Amino acid sequence: MSVVETEGGRARGSDRALAIAGGIGRFLLIAVSTYLGLLAVTFFIGRVIPIDPVLAVLGDRAPESVVERTRREMGLDLPLIEQFWIYLKAAVNGDFGTSVLTTNPVMADIRRVFPATIELASVGTLIGTILGIPLGVLAAVKRGSLVDQLVRVVGLIGYSVPIFWLALLALVLFYAKLQWVAFPGRIDIVYQYTFTPITGFYLIDAALQGQWDVFWDVFRHIILPGALLGYFSLAYISRMTRSFMLNELSQEYIVAARAKGLSETRIIWGHALRNAAVPMVTVIALSYAGLLEGSVLTETVFSWPGIGLYITDSLQNADMNAVLGGTIVIGSVFIAINLFSDLLYRVLDPRTKTR
Amino acid sequence: MSMTGQAMTRREWLLSERPASRMQARLGRAYVTWRRFSANRLAMVGLFIIVALLVVAALADVLATHSPYIGDLKNARLLPPSADHWFGTDDLGRDIYTRIVHGSRLTLFVVVLVAIIAAPVGLAVGTVAGYAGGWVDAVLMRVTDIFLAFPKLVLALAFVAALGPGIENAVLAIAITSWPPYARIARAETLTVRNSDFIKAVELMGASPFRIVLRHIMPLCLSSLIVRVTLDMAGIILTAAGLGFLGLGAQPPLPEWGAMIASGRRFILDQWWVAGAPGFAILVVSLGFNLLGDGLRDALDPRSGDQ
Amino acid sequence: MSGGNLLEVEDLRVTFPTRTGKIEAVRGVSFALGRERLGIVGESGSGKSQTGRAIMGLTPPQAEVSAQKLAFDGRDLLSLPARERRALRGGRVAMILQDPKYSLDPVMTIGRQIVETLRTHEKVSKAEARERALDMLAAVQIRDPKRVFDLHPHEVSGGMGQRAMIAMMLIANPELMIADEPTSALDVTVQLDVLAILDRLVAERGMGLIFISHDLRLVSSFCDRVVVMYAGKVVEQLKASELSQAQHPYTRGLLDCMPKIGADRHPLPVLQRQAEWAL
Ligand SMILES: Nc1ncnc2c1ncn2[C@@H]1O[C@H](COP(=O)(O)OP(=O)(O)OP(=O)(O)O)[C@@H](O)[C@H]1O
Ligand SMILES: [Mg+2]
Repeated sequence: MSVVETEGGRARGSDRALAIAGGIGRFLLIAVSTYLGLLAVTFFIGRVIPIDPVLAVLGDRAPESVVERTRREMGLDLPLIEQFWIYLKAAVNGDFGTSVLTTNPVMADIRRVFPATIELASVGTLIGTILGIPLGVLAAVKRGSLVDQLVRVVGLIGYSVPIFWLALLALVLFYAKLQWVAFPGRIDIVYQYTFTPITGFYLIDAALQGQWDVFWDVFRHIILPGALLGYFSLAYISRMTRSFMLNELSQEYIVAARAKGLSETRIIWGHALRNAAVPMVTVIALSYAGLLEGSVLTETVFSWPGIGLYITDSLQNADMNAVLGGTIVIGSVFIAINLFSDLLYRVLDPRTKTR
Repeated sequence: MSMTGQAMTRREWLLSERPASRMQARLGRAYVTWRRFSANRLAMVGLFIIVALLVVAALADVLATHSPYIGDLKNARLLPPSADHWFGTDDLGRDIYTRIVHGSRLTLFVVVLVAIIAAPVGLAVGTVAGYAGGWVDAVLMRVTDIFLAFPKLVLALAFVAALGPGIENAVLAIAITSWPPYARIARAETLTVRNSDFIKAVELMGASPFRIVLRHIMPLCLSSLIVRVTLDMAGIILTAAGLGFLGLGAQPPLPEWGAMIASGRRFILDQWWVAGAPGFAILVVSLGFNLLGDGLRDALDPRSGDQ
Repeated sequence: MSGGNLLEVEDLRVTFPTRTGKIEAVRGVSFALGRERLGIVGESGSGKSQTGRAIMGLTPPQAEVSAQKLAFDGRDLLSLPARERRALRGGRVAMILQDPKYSLDPVMTIGRQIVETLRTHEKVSKAEARERALDMLAAVQIRDPKRVFDLHPHEVSGGMGQRAMIAMMLIANPELMIADEPTSALDVTVQLDVLAILDRLVAERGMGLIFISHDLRLVSSFCDRVVVMYAGKVVEQLKASELSQAQHPYTRGLLDCMPKIGADRHPLPVLQRQAEWAL
C-alpha cells in the first residue's frame, strides 16, 4: 500500500520493472491466444465444416481444372494440423485468398472498403459519446427526473429494437418523406468521379481539399446511418455513464468535496466524472467495437460500401474467402480494441500504475 | 372475513422467520422475491409481454385469421391494414397478422433452443473451472475469454455461411457465440461457495467431485444464470432476426419476423406495414425480455439496484 | 468572539424517511460552542456523524433537518441561501472525515485537492496557491511537501493521507473544524501523531473544534467539554475535567468500561443499556 513511505528506491524500481514485464508478458499471451483462437475458429468454419471446402470457396460453377488446382493450393491433401499451419501463415500475412465475386485478393478488397466502415463507426461513436455522457451524468445527478426516465427509455429501446428495421423506418421518414438526407450510398454519383479520396475518410478528404460542396454531400449521406449507429452507442454509453456516476456520487470523497465548499457543478464534472471517466474509456471502446460489428446490418440497409456490405454481398454469392477474410479483419480489430481499452484503463487509472 | 383470515395466515406462514420445512423456506423465499418483483411495474409489463408471447404461440392456430403460407395472390397483394387484414397483406397476398402470430413460434423456438444449448454448456464450463481450479481453470477460462472477445454477430454470420442457411443452423451459430458469459457467471458463483463449510462437509462425506458440482454447486448458480439468460434473450432474438434479415436464418416461406422484414424491404416506401409490423413485433418481444430480466435481477439481488 | 458563541445548536433533528417508516437519527440535540474544543461521544449509530453533517449542511438530500436554532456566528444556517452556505463550507467551517482512503479523490493529486479548497474560497494566483499548499503540507509535518504534492492518494500511507486531508480542510483558515473520528481508521501509533498535529493547529489558529469519537478517554484528554449522545439524543454535557462527576448512568457506564492502569478488574464490566435512556 504505502509504497512511498518505504525507502530503498532501487529494490522498488526493480519490483516495478518486474511487474511491468509480467504485465506485458500477460498482455502478449492474451493477445496472441485470442488471435490464434480467432484464426482457429475461422479455419474450422472455412475448412472443417464445409463438406467440400473447394466448392465453398469457388462455388459450383468453376471448371474442373480450376477446382483441382485450388484443391492443391489449399493443401487439402495434407493433414489438418499442417493445413492450419499454412492457413495461419497466410492469415498473418494478410493473405485470405481471392474473392470469387470481385476476382481481387480479399485483402485488397477489404483495404478498399474498410475506411468507409471506420468513418461511419467513428461518426456514430462521436455522436453517442457527445450526447451520451452528459445525458448519463444528468440522469445520475437528477435521479427519477425526466432526463433519467429518458435515458432509461432510450436505453431500453436501444437494447430492444432491430437496428436494420429502425434503419428502414428512418430512411422512409428522413429520405423519402422529409427529404432531409441523401439517397443511400456514400457520395453522390455526380462526385463519384471528380472526387479523389486521399485517406479514404471522405469527410476528412473533402475538408482537406477544401471541396465544401463535396463535404456537404458526404455529410448528407453519412448523417443518417451515423445518427442511427450513434443512437445505439448513446443508449449504451448513457446507461453506463449513469451507473458509473451513481457509484461515484455515493463515495466518501464526494462528501469531502462538498465539505470543501465546491460547487455542485465542480463536484459532478470535476470529481465524479473524472473518476467515472476511467471505466468509461472501456465502455466507449466497446461501443466502438460494437458499431464496427453492427455495420454488417446497417450497411446493407444504407448501401454503405464498407466491410459489412462487403461481407453480406459475399454471403449472397457464397464467396467464402471474402466472408472469412472480412470476419477475421473485423474480429482482429474488435480484439485489438478490446485489448487496447484494457491497456488504456491501466494508463488512465493512477491506482494501477504502482501496483 | 374467514377468507382474509386464511389469506393472512398463509402469508404469515410464508413469511415465517422459522420455517418448519425446507419446502416452507423455499416457498417463503420465492414469495418474498415475487413481492419484490411484482412491486416493479415495468417488470410486470415485461412478464405480461412474455406470457402473451407464450399464449399467442400456443394458440397460434386459433388466433390466426388466415393461412400463414397461402395468400390470395390475385386479390389481396400488399393491401393496407383493414378489418379483414389487421396488419395488411404482403406481396404474396398473405395476411401479415397471421404470419406474425405464427412467427411467435419461431421466435420462441430460437430463444428456447439457444438457451437450452448455451446455458448448460456455460454452466458446465464455469462450474468445472471454478471447482477444479489450477490449470483446468486457467485453460477453460482462457478459451472462454477468447470466445468472449469475438464479435458475436459476425462470427454467427460466418458459421451460418459455412453450415448453410436455415433456422437450426442459426440457432447453433448463436448458441456457439452465447455461452461464454454464462461460464464466467457460473465460475464466479462457484468460487464464492467452493470453500464454504457445507461444500467441505459434503466432501468429507465422500461425495465425488462430479456429484458435488452437479448436485451442490450447479443449483446455486441457477438464479444468477437465469437472470443473465433472460437478459440475453433480447439479444438472441435480435441476432436471429438479423440473420433472418440477411437471408441466413429461417427460409421462406417460414414466417420468421426478420425474414419478413427483409421481404418487406422492397415495398418500404409505399407499403411500410409489410416491414413495419414484424419489426414492431420484434421490438415488443425484446422489450418484454429486457424488462423481465431487469425486474428479475432487481428482485433476486436487491443490492444491484440501479447499477 | 465578542460575547456570542461561534455555534449554537438548539433542538436539532435529522430524520430519514424509509420504506418502513421514519428513522430519527438525531432527536433534539442542543449545545453551544465558543472557540473551544467540544467532544461528542456515543456508541455507533448514536447520531454523532449526522449531527456533524447537519451542521455542515451535508445531510443526504432525502433526509429532513430541522432545528429551533442552528446558527454559526449569529447567522441562521437553515435559512441561509445555498450559495452562502456553500461559501461557509470549507471556508469558515470545515470537516475532516474518518477514512482518508475513501475521502480523498483517487484520481487527483493531493496538491491539486488542497489548492482546490483554497482557490474556491480565496482569489489567489496558481503559484501562490501552490506555495500556500506546500506550506500547509509542511505544517501538518509532511517531510517532503514538494514530492507529496504531486502524489495520488493511493501512493501515500493512511497517516499521511489523513494529514493531507487536514491540510486540505485547514488551508482556508476555518473558524470551526468538525473532526469526525479523524483517527479511527489509522494505526494506534499514527493516531497519536495525527492528533498531536490537529491539536497544535487548532490551538495556534484559535479555532473552535468539534471532535467526534466513540472513545471517551481520548475525548476527555483532548477536549474542554464533552457531549455524550445516546440514540440521537444528548444525555449529558459536562466539562472534561469533571467527567468523574458524571450523573447519567450511560456516561457512568462508559467510564466504568475504560480500563485503568493499575486497576486489576475481573471480569471486565459490560455496559448494561436501559430502555428509558432512549426515551
Ligand atoms: N442514509 C441513511 N438512511 C437511513 N438512516 C441513516 C442514514 N444515515 C444514517 N442513518 C441512521 O442514522 C443513525 C445515526 O447515524 P450516524 O452515522 O450519525 O451514527 P454515528 O454516531 O456516527 O455512528 P458511528 O460511530 O458508527 O459512526 C444510524 O442509526 C443510522 O441508522
Ligand atoms: Mg459516524
